Amino acid sequence: MNSLTRWQRPELSTWPGFGRLTDLRDDIDRLFESPLAEWARTSNLLSGWNPALDLYEDKDNLYVKVELPGMKREDINVSLHEGSLSISGERKSEQTHEDAEVYRAERFFGRFQRTVTLPTPVAADKVKAQYKDGILAITLPKTEEAKPKHIDVNVS
Amino acid sequence: MKGTVQTEPRRALEARPRLEYVSPDVNIFETKDGYVLEAEMPGVNKDGLEITLEGNEITIVGHRKSEAVPGTPLFRERTLVDYRRVFELDPAIDTARIAAKMDQGMLSLTLPKSERVKPRKIAVD
Repeated sequence: MNSLTRWQRPELSTWPGFGRLTDLRDDIDRLFESPLAEWARTSNLLSGWNPALDLYEDKDNLYVKVELPGMKREDINVSLHEGSLSISGERKSEQTHEDAEVYRAERFFGRFQRTVTLPTPVAADKVKAQYKDGILAITLPKTEEAKPKHIDVNVS
Repeated sequence: MKGTVQTEPRRALEARPRLEYVSPDVNIFETKDGYVLEAEMPGVNKDGLEITLEGNEITIVGHRKSEAVPGTPLFRERTLVDYRRVFELDPAIDTARIAAKMDQGMLSLTLPKSERVKPRKIAVD
């Protein structure tokens, strides 16, 4: 059966020479790689969609970046509440082919939520969020009190 | 953690650096007209996409746009590595009509089947 999956490699019955050794290595890599990938995915399946998130800090701002490919801007919610940033939303499946046969379904659809406790207070009215190339980038300016202040040391 | 780290094997007689990629998650559907492949590659836009067809194998590589790291990282889950995945194609696919679309880090590849492969009704006189 011919199908569009990674598994359809020809049998190694033809072994013309040295070049094929690298293909064997390829196959073995895939053999070891795939079961772990499947397992990682089933564990994800139990906990739901957990998009990857990064948190950065410089002296003026906090930055949050979340990987949310294939979403529509209006389906993403960002909210700030008592020092916690919450990113949630729902990814809806666009394909509605009734006659479609699914060969591989690794992508997640449905609701997700990530909450980050922010290490410093931020000015909620100045928070900016941008969604580009499937990455949600949020810039949270720190409140004036939260910015590091230089304190002069007087020597007498 | 999404995806798996895939390393390219060292070819026997070439000195080649080991490159690391992440395998993007895909959804593949088949309809009577062809296949649809959706691959998630956040951080990749149209310019970073490299799709090559060799024989009956299609290689999808997504180069992430390089990001300036803002400040010091406090918490990191994202792997800022490029994406790569190879698929073997059903010979029924008409490779000349493969179309690709990129939107918000998601690649949508449409692979239509050749006309002669589709089931046709044959009229009986």
